[in-house]
Amino acid sequence: MQWETVIGLEIHTQLNTVSKIFSGAATAYGAEPNRQACAVDLGLPGVLPVLNAAVVEKAVMLGLAIDARIAPRSVFARKNYFYPDLPKGYQISQYELPIVEQGYLDIDLEDGSRKRIGVTRAHLEEDAGKSLHEGFTAMTGIDLNRAGTPLVEIVSEPDMRSAKEAVAYMKKLHALVRYLGISDGNMQEGSFRCDANVSVRPRGRTEFGTRAEIKNLNSFRFVERAINFEVERQIDLIESGGTVVQETRLYDPDRDETRSMRSKEEANDYRYFPDPDLLPVVIHAEDIEAARRRLPELPDAKRERFISAYGLSAYDAGSLTASRELADYFEAVAAGCNAPKLAANWVMGDFSAALNRSEAGLAQSPVSAEALAQLLSRIQDETISGKIAKEVFDAMWSGEGEADAIIEARGLKQITDTAAIDAIIDEVIAANPSQLEQYRSGKDKLFGFFVGQVMKKTRGQANPAQVNERLRARLQGD
Amino acid sequence: MKLDTLASWARRLRARDISSRELTEFYLGRIDRLDSQLNSFISVTPDLALAAADAADERLARGEEAPLLGLPVAQKDIFCTQGVRTSCGSKMLDNFIAPYTATVVERMNTAGAVMLGKTNMDEFAMGSSNETSHYGPVRNPWDPERVPGGSSGGSAAAVAARLVPAATGTDTGGSIRQPAAFCGITGVKPTYGRVSRYGMIAFASSLDQAGPMAASAEDCALMLNAMAGFDPRDSTSVERPAEDFTAGLRADLKGLRIGLPREFFGEGLDPGVRAAIEAALAVLRERGAELIEISLPNSGLSVPAYYVVAPAECSSNLARYDGVRFGHRCDEPRDLTDLYTRSRAEGFGAEVKRRIMIGTYVLSAGYYDAYYLKAQKVRRLIADDFRRAFGQVDVIAGPTSPETPFRLGEKSADPVQMYLSDIYTIAVNLAGLPGLSMPAGTVGNLPVGMQLIGNYFDEARLLGVAHQFQQETDWHARMPAPFV
Repeated sequence: MQWETVIGLEIHTQLNTVSKIFSGAATAYGAEPNRQACAVDLGLPGVLPVLNAAVVEKAVMLGLAIDARIAPRSVFARKNYFYPDLPKGYQISQYELPIVEQGYLDIDLEDGSRKRIGVTRAHLEEDAGKSLHEGFTAMTGIDLNRAGTPLVEIVSEPDMRSAKEAVAYMKKLHALVRYLGISDGNMQEGSFRCDANVSVRPRGRTEFGTRAEIKNLNSFRFVERAINFEVERQIDLIESGGTVVQETRLYDPDRDETRSMRSKEEANDYRYFPDPDLLPVVIHAEDIEAARRRLPELPDAKRERFISAYGLSAYDAGSLTASRELADYFEAVAAGCNAPKLAANWVMGDFSAALNRSEAGLAQSPVSAEALAQLLSRIQDETISGKIAKEVFDAMWSGEGEADAIIEARGLKQITDTAAIDAIIDEVIAANPSQLEQYRSGKDKLFGFFVGQVMKKTRGQANPAQVNERLRARLQGD
Repeated sequence: MKLDTLASWARRLRARDISSRELTEFYLGRIDRLDSQLNSFISVTPDLALAAADAADERLARGEEAPLLGLPVAQKDIFCTQGVRTSCGSKMLDNFIAPYTATVVERMNTAGAVMLGKTNMDEFAMGSSNETSHYGPVRNPWDPERVPGGSSGGSAAAVAARLVPAATGTDTGGSIRQPAAFCGITGVKPTYGRVSRYGMIAFASSLDQAGPMAASAEDCALMLNAMAGFDPRDSTSVERPAEDFTAGLRADLKGLRIGLPREFFGEGLDPGVRAAIEAALAVLRERGAELIEISLPNSGLSVPAYYVVAPAECSSNLARYDGVRFGHRCDEPRDLTDLYTRSRAEGFGAEVKRRIMIGTYVLSAGYYDAYYLKAQKVRRLIADDFRRAFGQVDVIAGPTSPETPFRLGEKSADPVQMYLSDIYTIAVNLAGLPGLSMPAGTVGNLPVGMQLIGNYFDEARLLGVAHQFQQETDWHARMPAPFV
């Protein structure tokens, strides 16, 4: 039988506010346990939540960016359950009336086509703390620093049909929240994590199969592998006569498999009800317009502009706009050297390669956009060749200074003096009489040999176009 | 030294006729001597009180003006007070020393009040007789065999016996007004949102409201001046210009339209209480008020609606008492479930458990619509009744409770009978309106309270009516004999 996979994603994104969603405590990551948990975060008797207005603004920006409806009135509810790292015994989360409803994201598929993925809703909620199992014997430590960190949970429609589509959607959303500047998107620190709802059905059928929810996937790779494993598991199960049960599963990256966590019957009854400590969130049309004015250029619009303004290919424009930082970097380099295509090739090529090798973020790059622009200008004005530029770039990356200084110090300036080039060519011809003989008797391939010899003697600094031209003339005996 | 009212003490302190230290020592002495008969305090804090009194005396010497400067008060043990045990009447919080101070307490401290201690109360404010307290029942100063009402029974008894001139209370479903009535004092439940709930341990968040309890309306007005005000730490706090609640005390009653809901004078009302209320209403009429019969047709639904909404909210509010971070923790838990179940089973009393179970039930999947949602609709109907009534009248009046204080243990076996003690007060909480109870007569030796209900933010008018009544009568000035 032919099977079709159906996937919907719930993505939790931490909003990058300075303070928490309902208290004044700081949200910075990595503090000593429980140093960033105030009375409100600890759920002490008598404390009350007060909504951080910055959280609402960020959610509205997200809603606008996915062309969604912004609810004029949304409501925080309490999701009640007991857990040691949930200080109040309930999580404050929007339930029946979320702040954002019915948006979409367009993703690019491998065959070059686009696909629209519906976003059912996005709602605001507070994060829980963390249970720490290492370093305690027969006990569990509780760190409440993360408790009360603002999250927006973005719930997609079950519109994805493969793990690859799911990853494309997740990447697109990841880029979007970073473009909007509403989240740092740091997946290692849990700022962007995903639950995947996965089911399979015979191709052609319209009803959905029974789904399993895979919890807490915190990398693109894990999402892809977990979904692929889960699809295999469900198909094998059905084909061997079994049935899929609705349940929550955990992905174990070490063993590359998903395992049952709890079934539907064991699921909590969360006893949601509107939180009486908080007023409904009321958003006026003016608030929405103000948020719209704060929206930056979004990835799709930027990509279109890169194609039309810089003459880049759709592929290059897509790569360069994958993150806002990279796009900004590229634009600064292009403006500095006035050669967009050259800038695009370098930013996607040598620069990105060096960045990947160093495992550093763009912000930590030792080569600034201005510095790279200067280097590319030296190619443009023929001070150095593209090949020499790679050497200069490496030196710049290791902190040896600016392009001009390195070219000067290492004497890398290109030789463009025809007389000097002719002299070297003459030396090379004189030193290789037999090759000259062969070339002249028709062995054209030896041209490359002579070019190599000349470049070797000039340590690559001779202008390649001039070398070609002069050498051809000399070899023909002019 | 002779007993006096809060307002009078305030004048005498400003006149330097007496010092705050002398006054504080006087009342601490009364607590020390007399509270063994009442059990109205859970904690007495003489050292803190004397230090605060000395600080107040310095401020008085500098000629500073502050509404409660140098005046002794007591705080219901539901308000967090930094460095002082805040038990909420529960074993669960017997070991809880609050690390911060409630807004109400902070405001009163800033206003110069001198806290003598923390008063006894029903556990987590759940009760109408003060019998659910982990610290034992409070006795009614008018008859030690009878209850003082609840949940603010400690505050009511302490004020009635003049162990303190004024105290704070909280009122979720009559918890200020019913004990005020039972103990023969004046108590105000302000409009929901008038007084900050920050630092006041939550029972039912959409209903809880703090207010003053004192001998007279004038004293309550002084207290409310210090207690009320917008608080950015409470999202349900209402931002309004500050109001002087003493300003309206001398308002004339001429032409005042007082509505008498026929539902508050029907079946279940003790004839003695009815007679006392009717006599009190006659006094108001003589002063020029017009009495108009009205109807609040949905008021009969208020007790059932309340006993869905309040337990629902409490079941969630009390989830934080899990033995993990603060409060009672069972000995040597075997695992997490054992920690939760034993800590909570040991830490909570029977009435609290009953309400947590009711609340958990009404919020459960499949029952939510039938109970919680339905109760919220009833709540809207009740508020609509009042809205219509206030189109016709300025103030609504009736008995605070259908009967005089009952005997200790009399209703302990029948929670529903106990709940009916709040049949006239609860609708006011559901609607979020202000209400006041004032001493209006007696049945035998026992006090009867009259409830006045006002429109939203109309506390000043209620205080004015009560003050005018107290100019004509001396019920509020009478004291139980053993404490004179």
